[in-house]
Amino acid sequence: MDFNDSQEEAEFRAQARAWLEQNATRPDADAGRTGPFAERDEDINETVRRAKAWQKTKADAGWACITWPERYGGRGLSSIFGSIWNQEEARFDTPTGIFAIGQGMAGPTIMTHGTDEQKDRFLPKLLSGEEIWCQLFSEPAAGSDLAGMRTRAERDGDDWVVNGQKVWTSGAHYSDWGILVARTNPDVPKHKGITYFYVDMKSPGIEIRPIRQITGAADFNEVFFTDVRIPDSQRLSEVDGGWGVALTTLMNERVALGAGGGGGFGLESLAELARGASVNGHLAIEDSAIRQRLADIFVRSRGLKYTGLRILTAISRGTVPGPEASIGKLVAAPMLQEAADLALELQGEAGVVDDPGTAIQGAFWQQVLLGAPGFRVAGGTDEILRNIIGERVLGLPGDARPDKGVAFKDIPTGKG
Amino acid sequence: MNFEFNDEQKMLRRSARALLKDHCSLVRVREVMDRGDGFDADLWSKIVENGWPAVAIPEAYGGGGYGYLELVMLAEELGRSIAPVPFAPTIYMAAEAIKQAGSSEQKSEWLPGIAAGEIVVAWAGTGVGDCRVSGGTLSGTAHSVVDGMVVDAFAVVCEIDGEPAIAMLRADSPGVRRTSARGIDRTRTVANIEFGDAPAVVLEKRGQAVLDDVINSAAAILAFEQLGGAEAAMRMATSYAQERYAFGQPIGGFQAIKHKIVDMFVKVELARSNCYYAAWALENKAPDLPLAAACARVSATDAFEFASRENMQVHGGIGFTWEADPHLFFKRSKMLALQLRGIGTWRERVMAELDRKAVA
Repeated sequence: MDFNDSQEEAEFRAQARAWLEQNATRPDADAGRTGPFAERDEDINETVRRAKAWQKTKADAGWACITWPERYGGRGLSSIFGSIWNQEEARFDTPTGIFAIGQGMAGPTIMTHGTDEQKDRFLPKLLSGEEIWCQLFSEPAAGSDLAGMRTRAERDGDDWVVNGQKVWTSGAHYSDWGILVARTNPDVPKHKGITYFYVDMKSPGIEIRPIRQITGAADFNEVFFTDVRIPDSQRLSEVDGGWGVALTTLMNERVALGAGGGGGFGLESLAELARGASVNGHLAIEDSAIRQRLADIFVRSRGLKYTGLRILTAISRGTVPGPEASIGKLVAAPMLQEAADLALELQGEAGVVDDPGTAIQGAFWQQVLLGAPGFRVAGGTDEILRNIIGERVLGLPGDARPDKGVAFKDIPTGKG
Repeated sequence: MNFEFNDEQKMLRRSARALLKDHCSLVRVREVMDRGDGFDADLWSKIVENGWPAVAIPEAYGGGGYGYLELVMLAEELGRSIAPVPFAPTIYMAAEAIKQAGSSEQKSEWLPGIAAGEIVVAWAGTGVGDCRVSGGTLSGTAHSVVDGMVVDAFAVVCEIDGEPAIAMLRADSPGVRRTSARGIDRTRTVANIEFGDAPAVVLEKRGQAVLDDVINSAAAILAFEQLGGAEAAMRMATSYAQERYAFGQPIGGFQAIKHKIVDMFVKVELARSNCYYAAWALENKAPDLPLAAACARVSATDAFEFASRENMQVHGGIGFTWEADPHLFFKRSKMLALQLRGIGTWRERVMAELDRKAVA
């Protein structure tokens, strides 16, 4: 056991850090303005402008998507260097979130399933941040049961004509392209009649309506398709063979979401709150019940942190991480929710204020409180993740599925 | 970055698992439980043959000269198989106490016998104040001493000149009277021990800090036994849920059962990560050891308690019977959870370390 970088890793880390010191800014000391649930007052166009500028700076200097092949602008480095870069970049206040879907999900899917022509056309612009992508998967009636999607794509000459509705589409309003799955054959069982496309988000017939979340922000959207024409050349799978490709995307999504993990995130500020608050006439940090709860959260977050190091070890050796890699989001999301509950309890009546200007710690914990329920659902609910771990890792049997083997059009919908 | 055991250490774990599979099956564990003597002498002789007691004892004192990273591999496997032998108190507690608090003379007196497997020792740690040393003799009562009926000697937490300390004495010393107390986990013995002016040697280094160091080390290693036990209970629940049918399908296909077992898995993985870090801290004498040990102990206790209890639930009525195996894990878990004090105490230790760091 050795927590140190190898010589090659250490040199890379030093170079990355030096470049970041020169080119990026440190996070604002005001905790309320940073972190995954931070609320920014700035206009979305300004966020996109800043993010694109930062991505271009990185790309020009050779620090964008460093694990991608050189042909597309990367450096062809192994995953451990990608992890080191992410660790170093996370120390700075860099706007990378809007590229997460493109670079973390669409890019890897195109790389695995696209033609050479598609790769040459899209990957360099994904890398440089010139084009932003969104994911058109979930529907009002197809969330956890994604394969139950109803958006239809029908062949018309060299085109496909798409009608239906997608939902929870983060960033649809500023995206250039979207990865899309749609039903192309309702007469076969649900997994076997889906095709995978990509679509120009400026196409006629696409209408985007923002959805306001419980945080008050509108980061994601409903996307309506009315006779939207997609050329057959924008197909990423065999006709009716899109489910396997979609799984590539989803696997990358879970890796990306779990990696952040929330390990250790914000816990210093939780203990700090307890040191300043009083309960039952004494300092909260001296209250045995509060201490037990704090310890419990802390032990879990340490468990996540060291699980992360086990995963990194596997990556560093060029092997696939073991089953421990699947627990990140399942542990982190409820833990953050519990931490937020405790934090607000420690804040007492002042906990009701969520105005970043006046709330305690810049409303950091209020933002976690309102953000965590979404984190427990996004990219696989707690329940779906438990099914995946139970079935794929532990080998437990699948759920009883009344729709198994049934043609899609004959599956009951509960709507008569 | 290398947060993994090396190939040799993993090979040691594999060979330990193979040995225990042959010589410490649950059938064998039950035989010991039914006999009620709490000690599988055949298994102990295999353990000694393979040099396990010597693993983390320095070569100068007859040890194997390996370290903690090897020892915890053995602990994990012993926990997995509910081994009915006094390995934990002898090695994680008494040998650690002697290594950390003993003079070189005291080490020479005790460690070679322990390393050779000739002396087994129980840890009488129920509390400073119950036992006192003055004028070279020990008096008082040690309660609920696990393995107390089968050992050759005792390491007794006691008070001398108003300071906590650890006294060593042979079980056959004059003035020692032990009586058996039936334990929850009947694969091991429990004893109440009275010391009436029994001649005892007090380990050279004394004081609360020394005692805390010993207990932190012991807790970190013991957590690996809990980890192994937790994983075994989870595996048992998984197998049963695959085989047992109800409503026309294996019960593992029902989310109420499947998700419960996944929750076991999650706790086991978190415990494994916390335990690995504690092992690293122990081997490298890291200043972070008290925090690492407390996190490992909390995490592993939580994992084994949850997995062993819910494994019984997954088994339904049969899980509540003497003839089925889940109660073996449940009872061992409870015993390990209470030894070296319970989860609440260790959560408090986590906080005490965080307080200390915040001030520093």
